[in-house]
Amino acid sequence: MLEIKNLHVKLEEEDKQILKGVDLTVEAGKVHAIMGPNGSGKSTLSYVLSGRDGYEVTAGSATLDGEDLLEQEPEERAAAGLFLAFQYPVEIPGVGNMTFLRTAVNAQRKARGEEEMSAADFLKLVRAKAKDLKIDADMLKRPVNTGFSGGEKKRNEILQMAMLEPKMCILDETDSGLDVDAMKLVSEGVNALRDENRAFLVITHYQRLLNHIKPDVVHIMANGRIVKTGGPELALEVEENGYADILAEVA
Amino acid sequence: MALPKAKEDATVARIAGLTRLEGAGWLDGAQADAITRLRAMGMPGRRDEYWKYTDPTSLASVDPVPAAVFDTSDEAPIFDGIDRLKVVFVDGVFDADASDDLSMEGIEIERLQDVAKTDIHWAKDLYGVLETRGQNPVDRPLAVLNTAFATDGIVIRATGKAAKPVHMIYLHKSDSSDAILHHLVKVEEGAELTVLESGPAAARFNQAMEVEVADRADFHHIRAQGRDHERRAVTHIFARLGTESLFKSFTMTANGVMTRNEAVIELTGDDASAHIAGAAMGDGDFHHDDTIFITHDAVNCESRQVFKKVLRNGATGVFQGKILVKAGAQKTDGYQISQSLLLDDDAQFLAKPELEIYADDVACSHGSTSGAIDDEALFYLRSRGVPAGQATDLLTLAFLAEAIDEIADEAIADEILSRLEAWLTRRRG
Repeated sequence: MLEIKNLHVKLEEEDKQILKGVDLTVEAGKVHAIMGPNGSGKSTLSYVLSGRDGYEVTAGSATLDGEDLLEQEPEERAAAGLFLAFQYPVEIPGVGNMTFLRTAVNAQRKARGEEEMSAADFLKLVRAKAKDLKIDADMLKRPVNTGFSGGEKKRNEILQMAMLEPKMCILDETDSGLDVDAMKLVSEGVNALRDENRAFLVITHYQRLLNHIKPDVVHIMANGRIVKTGGPELALEVEENGYADILAEVA
Repeated sequence: MALPKAKEDATVARIAGLTRLEGAGWLDGAQADAITRLRAMGMPGRRDEYWKYTDPTSLASVDPVPAAVFDTSDEAPIFDGIDRLKVVFVDGVFDADASDDLSMEGIEIERLQDVAKTDIHWAKDLYGVLETRGQNPVDRPLAVLNTAFATDGIVIRATGKAAKPVHMIYLHKSDSSDAILHHLVKVEEGAELTVLESGPAAARFNQAMEVEVADRADFHHIRAQGRDHERRAVTHIFARLGTESLFKSFTMTANGVMTRNEAVIELTGDDASAHIAGAAMGDGDFHHDDTIFITHDAVNCESRQVFKKVLRNGATGVFQGKILVKAGAQKTDGYQISQSLLLDDDAQFLAKPELEIYADDVACSHGSTSGAIDDEALFYLRSRGVPAGQATDLLTLAFLAEAIDEIADEAIADEILSRLEAWLTRRRG
């Protein structure tokens, strides 16, 4: 589904290479995790894939179901089925959460040539999905993420994911800032979306999220590359021994 | 003090170019008095401090700059969806045929020149009175001119809860019309009234409204200016608020080469509340000026000023807002925010927020900012599939939301919102 080949990325504004040849293939139905120390390029990878400004791809490619992602605008990538759950969801005062969700759902439908969802259908759907994530009516009414707690923001990300039904979901440190209960709730939300036609790329520092969202494949990223790939046991190894051993081994 | 020669000449010429109402009863005296005041004050000029950011020339000149009649047939007239009483003016002249029957439970409405021939004391005691009070400490000659030469207007007295809003519709049919309207509004104790205003009115429009809000009375004012770009307008609202009264005024302005909206509000009864807000959007040679003066002269009163402007392609926005808290006006809660969203590098926003406080137990705050669309928010929306243009519009409306939130009535707020959305959508093409 997601195929990244030899991806090299530098910062646009300064001469700093962040990704130095990332190769990664995520198949439909699978959950891949990327772990790695700070500064290894994990978040950059998620931003480059979703189309954020400020990065320059100097070599390599990234495709979603064969379509070149890097040529597309962020909204086109979203309509093609890519979703990034932000590490720091953005607060947007003045835009109601519901308005935002409905605009996004219908914009994607429109881009795909599908019919827009009626207000009534949308309301029904969003209420059902919000309930699963313990998101109350008040949170739906409030401006996007504004004044939300860390846990509320992350649940709101998962709600968006549930409403937009993307095929490729990237979760960027979704566990950061979550207490145990919130992590459980968020993980349940993610697991409910697991599907043979949908893939996940879970970026995290810690193994604990992977207790809840069980990965099929674990990658270790360091210094702008995937340096090691293995099964779920690799995450446990990191938890036990830190990154030092693995990094020494691959050096 | 004698006026400078150039100013005196301009004033004499302007006065000579105007015609007063004839045989207008007690209005004659009030207007003659205003002419005397205008001669002493002089017409506004570029060098006047109060006109530092806005050139008054086209508002003060003898002849108006012609303005083509703007075709708005591509959308339904604003407030069409609201049950209201329509009062129609065409190029500044009341049109009885186009207007609704001016009778409604809870209020009395009459034409200014009809009232002038009767002995309606309250109107006589209001005409030009709040305007005159509003001349201190700053001269507002275009308001004096209005009092002196208004040729039409509406007089409204609310004695109870008005059954529906009164909607003044200002139609523009002549390219060279120069309209001067003066309205009087009195909301009696415990009464409630909503006044809506819309339409270009004329090539040049000078409008004044004096509003007396009695104790425990509520007055709501919602005005829509635009979309015609060529019209020039100067408006003044003079209001005086009694104990526990509420005054709320909101203005939406879309386009316009020259708009100056002044509001002069005095809180004279304890526990009164005045909110005044504006949402303006302009392109190119758009020039929009909000000039506000709020005087707190009673205890425990609250005032809010919320002004937002969206500017692009060299458009100019001006805000001059002052809160004056007199000695003894303790427990005043004054808030003022003026912000501009600059959609490109050419647009400019000029703000002059002022606080002048003579009481020692007050809470007053003011802020003024200029900024661009937030890149982080824009990316967030786009990453969810919202195209860049639509995402920018959403953020623009979000920027205006705090001002729109000042409209108490939801249906009216929705009408305003839909106009703002349409304006943005048209620009996106």
